[in-house]
Amino acid sequence: MTTKVITGNEAAATAAKLARVQVIAAYPITPQSPVVETLSAWVESGELPAEFVTVESEHSALTVCITASTVGARVFTATSANGLAYMNEQVWWAAGARLPIVMCIANRAMAAPWNVLNDQQDSMSERDAGWIQLYCRDNQEILDTTIQAYRIAERLNVPVMVCYDGFLLSHTVMPVDVPSAEEIDAFLPPRTAPLQLVDANDPRNIGPVTLADPRADADGVVRPGYMEFRALHHGALLEALDVIPEVDAEYGAAVGRSWGGLTWEYQLADADVALVAAGSLTTQLTLAVEALRAEGVKVGVLGIRAYRPFPAAELRARLAGKQLAVVFDKALSYGYEGPIAGDLKAALFTAENSPVVFGCVCGIGGRDVSPENLADAARRAIADLDSGLRDRTPDWINLRPEGGAR
Amino acid sequence: MTRITELPTTEYVLPGNRACAGCGIGIALRVVTKALDGKMVMTVPASCLTVLGGMYPTSSVNVPWINVAFPSTAAAAAGAAAGLRAMGKADDMTVLAMAGDGGTGDIGIQALSGAAERNDDFIYLCYDNEAYMNTGTQRSGLTPAGARTTTTWAGKRENPKDLPRIMEAHNIPYVASTSAAYPTDVFDKVAKAREIHGLRYIHMNTPCPSGWSFDPKDTVRLGKLAVECGIVVLYEVEDGVFRLTGRSAALAKAGKALTPVAEYIATQGRFKAMTADAVAEVQAWVDKRWAGYVARERAGE
Amino acid sequence: MSAHEISMSRPSVGEAGATGDWRNEYPVVAAETCVAAKQGKITCQICWAHCPDACIAQGMPPVIDLTYCKGCGICAEVCPHHAIEMRPEAAHGVCAPAEGGVK
Repeated sequence: MTTKVITGNEAAATAAKLARVQVIAAYPITPQSPVVETLSAWVESGELPAEFVTVESEHSALTVCITASTVGARVFTATSANGLAYMNEQVWWAAGARLPIVMCIANRAMAAPWNVLNDQQDSMSERDAGWIQLYCRDNQEILDTTIQAYRIAERLNVPVMVCYDGFLLSHTVMPVDVPSAEEIDAFLPPRTAPLQLVDANDPRNIGPVTLADPRADADGVVRPGYMEFRALHHGALLEALDVIPEVDAEYGAAVGRSWGGLTWEYQLADADVALVAAGSLTTQLTLAVEALRAEGVKVGVLGIRAYRPFPAAELRARLAGKQLAVVFDKALSYGYEGPIAGDLKAALFTAENSPVVFGCVCGIGGRDVSPENLADAARRAIADLDSGLRDRTPDWINLRPEGGAR
Repeated sequence: MTRITELPTTEYVLPGNRACAGCGIGIALRVVTKALDGKMVMTVPASCLTVLGGMYPTSSVNVPWINVAFPSTAAAAAGAAAGLRAMGKADDMTVLAMAGDGGTGDIGIQALSGAAERNDDFIYLCYDNEAYMNTGTQRSGLTPAGARTTTTWAGKRENPKDLPRIMEAHNIPYVASTSAAYPTDVFDKVAKAREIHGLRYIHMNTPCPSGWSFDPKDTVRLGKLAVECGIVVLYEVEDGVFRLTGRSAALAKAGKALTPVAEYIATQGRFKAMTADAVAEVQAWVDKRWAGYVARERAGE
Repeated sequence: MSAHEISMSRPSVGEAGATGDWRNEYPVVAAETCVAAKQGKITCQICWAHCPDACIAQGMPPVIDLTYCKGCGICAEVCPHHAIEMRPEAAHGVCAPAEGGVK
């Protein structure tokens, strides 16, 4: 193990190299570009013996990963924002085809209007596509999670998005402990044979038209219909609720560092108020907790690492007995509320002793959000609760409506 | 040129498949798979070919086949080739991307152009049935002028884009134009392409009884008539060297006037509403193109 | 159903059923006109090469599988010796093999 001072993007690239990926395909987009520039340089120098396909679009980037993974290769790609949206069709394809693809997302705001800065609207908008989504709080977690993602993906035959905040992590250097190749080789052996069979001596037609109802094969054996395959896929996502923490623990045993599995907490045990978020925002929330605790307010942080599958049971358990959960979303389901806030409310709906949930929207399109802003938002939420409110529309943190139109 | 009795007898396309009666794809796919000895993996987008391939859990084609998203056929082939190379299996099988005219020249052209520019290692075969037949005969960028489709009710106004020439402009090692009505021409071109590395593009005119509105018995006759008229030209461009092949080479050599396009147009319901002026315009367009091919044949470039 | 089962087909004839059902006309090969039959060797086989459905086996004369033949009539059209005749089906439904074949 060596310590390097690297960006989040370099941490992601380093993880792909340590995972001994065999095929890389990616298309440049800010703020993801340095991931693929770094990998390209390693492939060219021979430091990373992999195929690097310099595709002409994100749609093709994920396509190349899909078929390379189908024939058995371990694959990697990365993208952001509009690149992810352009992939959208293939995001669904990769999941439905049950391919263990790992894709890093340097989270960025969606156009229009153009904005290259951070929020999490891009990956949150893909939550229903059937991928596992893991969110990272710092560069070390990016490296560790990307390596873990291959173990998870290959065990469940489900693709994994490793999401980290653009610029805030992607372009910010931090000290990162880089495990040795031997450590990672022991943790992550080469990929075993894929579910898909591509063999001229035993041919298969992979991913054909699949009917609504089960249908008999040539031997009269009834095979699943489309809906059965979708149910199996859902089952795999639910199984991930166990597999993600297991793999995190196994990584801890192998490398000496783990991240809490599905969720993690900071000073939450005795707290009355939980501040809930995913990604680098949670690091800032720990600072807000310091400030509020100094005022005598008992708050803690509940960090979401796995957003899909959604760790509903674990969130219910961690929030049991709390008075208030304040959710900080860097995304919005327009016309409703932040995705984490909405999902958390649904998870708590029938739970005993569950807190009131108030949502906040922050950091959209790179709008700065400081620990002080977060603490203020928490104070407003507590005041709202004290005033008897049990539901409210999202609180837009740092919104400055005084800006003129036209 | 391979003779019919020299074609391999092993069949990879299985009877009782879901393709329409008289579909040109079946004729061609039989010899394409024979030319590759079945040692291949196909990438296939949503298309008539998907229908021929059959619905889960049974396949009508006895070769490995990966279904892929509509715009992605070429990128999917590039990924399969890269994956097989990474797995040390690249020598085991040829990667064959096979898509229709819409999947190739419209929605798929970005991925195809990218793969051609990179000279990725696979064969791309476009079966050109001149419209979106699987979705019910909507016009594509390769639908000929005058053809009625379900999105050009009065007949398409524009001539089709010349996809093989677009592919030639990518300077790939092999570009060929063929027709499903000439199975041995298809066989020879795929067999030749098999021995070349890099991106090999084969454009194949593929008559469609239901979409073009003709009797299924006439698939081969009309495919050949298109060649007699110079509407479809059989040729190949190997490392930049152009040459006519088969019947087109014989027609150029004979140097006589080609069959008038009006004869071909009269055989199909899709052209029923064409005026004499519109037919004359197509004739002029075909004459000019044919003269160009003959000039290239003479110049050998 | 295994948790990791995916939609992946195995090859078989008859994916669309007995497609002979689709036919309006069925082909009949006249051995006395078929050049391969007359010469007693595998020659010509043009009908075999042009069948879209791989329903014709090479032979002297070639043999047509009427369980799956969709009755397109291409074989009759391409035969240079007019040795294949398309005859109307008496009724829809899979024809008994005895009705077809060599006359």
